[in-house]
Amino acid sequence: MSRLNDANIKIALEIISHYPRPKSALIPLLHLAQEQNGYVTREAMVHLGELVGVTSAEVYGTASFYEMFRFEPVGKYLVNICGTMSCALMGAGDLMHHAEQKLGVKAGGTTADGMFTLAHAECQAACTEAPTLQVNYRFRYKVTNSDFDTLIDDLKSGRLSDEIPSHGVVARIRQRIPADRGVGAIAPELATENPAWMNGKAAL
Amino acid sequence: MTTLDSSDTTPEVVVDPNAVSVTINGKVVAARKGEMIIAAADRTDDFIPRFCYHPRMEPVGMCRQCLVEVVGPRGPMMVVSCMTPVADGQVVNTATEGVKKAQEGMLELLLANHPLDCPVCDKGGECPLQDQAFSHGPGESRFVEEKRHYEKPIAISENVYLDRERCILCDRCTRFADEVAGDALISFTSRGNNTQVMTFPDEPFSSYFSGNTVQICPVGALTAKPYRFKARPWDIEHVESTCTTCSVGCRTVVQSSRDELVRYQGVDSQPVNWGWLCDKGRFNFESINSKDRLTTPLIKDASGNLSATSWSVAIDSAARMVRTALLSSPQSVAIIGGARGTNEDAFAWAQLANALGVDSRDSQLADGLPPQVFSLPQATIADIDTAKTIILLAPDLKEELPVLYLRVRRAAEKRTGRVVEVSPRATGLAGKAWKKVHVEPGKTAAALRALSTDAAFTAQLASGSVVVIVGRMNLAESEESVVYALAEVLHMAPHATVLPVLRRANVRGAITAGLTPRNGGKSTAEILEAAAAGKIECLVLLGADPLSDVPDADLARRGISGARNIIAIDTFITQSSALADIVLPAAAYGEKEGTTTNIEGRISNVAQSITPVGTSRPDWMIAVELGAATSHDLGFASYNEVHAAMISGVSEFASAVDTHAVEHDGVIVAHPTPITLTRADGASIERNSYDYRAVVSRKLYDNAIGTAKSPSLATLGVASAIIVNPLDVPRIGAQVGESVRVTSPRGTIVMPLQESVDVLRGTAWLPINLGGSDVRELLDVTKDVIDLKIEKMS
Ligand code: SF4
Ligand code: SF4
Ligand code: FES
Repeated sequence: MSRLNDANIKIALEIISHYPRPKSALIPLLHLAQEQNGYVTREAMVHLGELVGVTSAEVYGTASFYEMFRFEPVGKYLVNICGTMSCALMGAGDLMHHAEQKLGVKAGGTTADGMFTLAHAECQAACTEAPTLQVNYRFRYKVTNSDFDTLIDDLKSGRLSDEIPSHGVVARIRQRIPADRGVGAIAPELATENPAWMNGKAAL
Repeated sequence: MTTLDSSDTTPEVVVDPNAVSVTINGKVVAARKGEMIIAAADRTDDFIPRFCYHPRMEPVGMCRQCLVEVVGPRGPMMVVSCMTPVADGQVVNTATEGVKKAQEGMLELLLANHPLDCPVCDKGGECPLQDQAFSHGPGESRFVEEKRHYEKPIAISENVYLDRERCILCDRCTRFADEVAGDALISFTSRGNNTQVMTFPDEPFSSYFSGNTVQICPVGALTAKPYRFKARPWDIEHVESTCTTCSVGCRTVVQSSRDELVRYQGVDSQPVNWGWLCDKGRFNFESINSKDRLTTPLIKDASGNLSATSWSVAIDSAARMVRTALLSSPQSVAIIGGARGTNEDAFAWAQLANALGVDSRDSQLADGLPPQVFSLPQATIADIDTAKTIILLAPDLKEELPVLYLRVRRAAEKRTGRVVEVSPRATGLAGKAWKKVHVEPGKTAAALRALSTDAAFTAQLASGSVVVIVGRMNLAESEESVVYALAEVLHMAPHATVLPVLRRANVRGAITAGLTPRNGGKSTAEILEAAAAGKIECLVLLGADPLSDVPDADLARRGISGARNIIAIDTFITQSSALADIVLPAAAYGEKEGTTTNIEGRISNVAQSITPVGTSRPDWMIAVELGAATSHDLGFASYNEVHAAMISGVSEFASAVDTHAVEHDGVIVAHPTPITLTRADGASIERNSYDYRAVVSRKLYDNAIGTAKSPSLATLGVASAIIVNPLDVPRIGAQVGESVRVTSPRGTIVMPLQESVDVLRGTAWLPINLGGSDVRELLDVTKDVIDLKIEKMS
C-alpha cells in the first residue's frame, strides 16, 4: 500500500505534463515517491512505471543508478559523514567513531526509534570545510564531536525541523511551471510547432 | 575559386546519392550512407572483434572492443567502429599496432572480472569472448586483484538463468528485450562496478522471446534450462532447417548430440525471421525426445485395447479397412489432417487419396480460411518492412505467430508503416496501432464499410502499399465473416496485398499439395457430421486430433464416435488417436527430411538430424505402403522420388527445383490466377443485450501436444477463464476470480471470471485449449457468432 497517494498522483501528472516524453519525468517522480514514504517502495516503482508507460524493471534500472534513492526504509534523518581524503585527514574517522557511539549504531545502521540512519559518504565537494557531513543532504561544516552531539539533540527535539525536513523531501517549495512555459507532452519527432515558450524567440 | 558552368555539357552520370566508398586496410569498399564502419568491414575479409554490436539491433557502443583507427586531419584517431558511420573517402585501419594494443587492452579489461570458468560453462567452445580472447586478446592479464563475486546462476525466468560473474555488460539481452521484443523486463541496475542485468524483484523475464537473449549473449552469462549441461558445442551435429511449430517458418539450426535433439538456434534469414525464434518454437524439441512418443504400430485387440503390433500386420489391417469401406462407397472414406507434416507427406497422401478416389480430405480443422485466399495478390513477410499501412485482420500475432509479431512491431516502432488493428479485442500490437477498430463479432465487415467515409483512413490507404494480414481472429465467428471483412478492405484498397495466416505449420503446403476437399468432397466439419450420421466407414487422422483441436467439442465427439473405423497416424497417443483402431507411429520433426510451406507460400527445407524413434516412419512412407497394400503404386519409393514427383506434379511447387534456395531462404510458390472477392451485404448480427458475444482465440502456451510434452514449456500456460471488461463485472454480480456459469446454445461450463480492459464491453474473451474447463464445449461451427450467458453461481 505505498503506491502514490491521491494528492501525489495529481502532482505526478503535473510533473509528467512538463516533459515531451512521459518517461523523462522519472527522476522527479522518484523523488516524489521517496518524499512520500522516506524511501522508494516497490509498489511506488510499479506505480511510476504505469504512470509513464515503462516496465517496473526499467524504473528500477533507472532508480538504482542513483545513490540518493533508497529502496529500504531509512531513518527520518540520513546522516552522511564524508570519509574521502580531505575529511579523512581532518578527523572524519574519529567523527564517525564518535557518531557510532552517540547513536548506538554502526555506520550503515538505523537507530531503533527510526530517527537516524548513519552512513559513510564519498566526497561531498566541500573539502575546504572538512570534515563535513550532510543530514538529508543539508551540509554541516568543520564538524567537531560536540557539534555532532548538538546537531543530534537539536534534530531530536525538533529545533531544526524547519531547516531540515524528513528524508526524501528535496525541497519544501515545489517548482511550478505555468502551461505556457512548458515544453508540452509531445514527443519531439511528432511536434509540428515550437513549444509555446519559444514563440517569438529565436531557437538557441 | 572555380564556378560551375551551367552550360557544361559533360554527360550526366547517375550517382546513387547514398553510395559512399571507404578504404579499409587499403581495400576500397562500397558502402551506404548511414552504415557503420563495422558493417562495411564485415563485407571484407578483415574481422573487427565485437561483443555488443548486433546487426539486427541499434548500436550502443557498450563494450568498446571494436576500436579501429580512422585517419583524420590530425592523424589516426581511435573510434568504435560499431557507432561510427562511414563517410566518403574515409580511411580505416583495423590492424595497426595502435589498434592491436587498444583491442588487447579492452579484452584485458573485459576479463578483469570474468571468472574464466570455461570448462564448466555451456558457452565454452562457441563463445565469442573465448574466441576473441584468443584471436584479439593479450594472452595474459596484469590484474591480480580479487574478482567480483555474485551468486551463480540465478533464474531470471522459468527457462533462463543468469550468471552475473560471466556477464560483460554488453547490453545485447537488455536491448533485445526492449527494442526487439518490447518486453523490457530486464534492465541494467545499479552503477559502476555493481552494474548488473536484473529483473524487477519478483517480476521474472517471462517474455515469449526470452530464448533469443541466450543465443545472442556473447558469453555464458545467459543459459537456457532446456540445454544447460546437455552437450558441448564440439560434440553437436548441426543441420539447417525450418521451424514447423507455427506457420511463420523461422529458419533454424537443429542440433543433436548422440542421436538426441539438444537445441534449436535461430538462423538469420532476411525474408523470414532475422535470427529470432519464439520460445515455444525454440524449446519444444523436448517433445521429440519425449518418453511418450509412439514407437511401434498399435492395433485394437479383442478386448478393445490398443496393443503393439508389427508394421506388416498394421498396414495389412489398415488396407483391409480402407478396401472394405471403399466397397460401400469412396464417400465413406475421409482424411483429416496433414498440416503438421512436410509438403512431401501431404503430397503422398493426396496422391493416395486420388488413387483411392477419396475426395473428402481436409488439412484444416474447421478453424481456417478458404484456399481461395491464396489466389488473392499475395504479400511476403518482408513486404511488412516497406508497407505504408499494415492492416491486422488476424488473430493476436503475439500469441499465434510470434516472430511475425516482431516484424510488424518493428515497422510500427521504426515508423516505416502504420498499423491498423481490426479485432474484437486489443491484441499484443494494440499499443503500436495507429488506428484501432475494435468491433464486436459479427459486425466487422459493416464497421469496415463504415470506415470508407473516414477521410484520414482512406488517405492513409492511398498513401502507399497496403499489406493485409488476414486470419481467424475469433474461432467463435464463422470463416465467412473474415472473408467478408477482407472483401471490404480490398474494396477500399484494391492495391492491397494479402498475407493469409493459418494455423498449423504447413497448412498452406498441405492445401497446395491437395489435402483439401475436391470434387464436392467434404470439409472437416462435414466429415465429422457425416461420421456422426454413420456415413463414414474409415476415417484417417493424419496427425490430427479433432477431439482436442476442432473448435466444436460436441461435433468432434459425435464424429469420432460415429466413425466405424479410425486409422490414426501420429507421434503421440492423443485424445483422438486413443480411440483409433489402428495407430501408426509417425516420424517427427528432426527425424525426417522434406520441405514445408509457410504463411507467405515460402518453401524451405526441414532437415533430418536424428533417426526416427522406434520404428516410426515419415507420413509419406506410410502412404506409399498403404498404397501398395491397396494395389496402388504411387510411383515413388524414396524421399528423393517423392520430392521430385511433387515438384513435377504440383505446378505451384515448381520453383522448389532450386534446391540451394530451398535449403536457405526458401522460394515462393507460384500463385494461381488472381481472383476478386465479392462484398456481401453483411447485415450486422444483432443480439440480446443480456448476452455476451464470445471471442475465442489462442494463447502461445496452450495444451498443444508439442508444448504439453516439453517439460520446460508445459508449466507456462495459464488455466481457462472467461475475461470481460471491468465495467461488465458488476452486471454479472460475481467477483473477479470467482467461478461463474457460462452457457451457450451448445452447453454450459464453469470457469473463473476475470477482467481486462482489452476486452470490449458486451463481449467475453475465452482463450481456448488451456487447462481447466474446455471452451470448445460452448462452440458450434455452424453458427456465425456465439452468444453467451454469464451467471453468478448460486
Ligand atoms: S547477460 Fe550476456 S547479453 Fe546480457 S549484458 Fe551480460 S553479456 Fe551481454
Ligand atoms: S514464430 Fe513460429 S516458426 Fe518461428 S520459432 Fe516461433 S513457432 Fe517456430
Ligand atoms: S562492438 Fe562496438 S562497442 Fe561493442
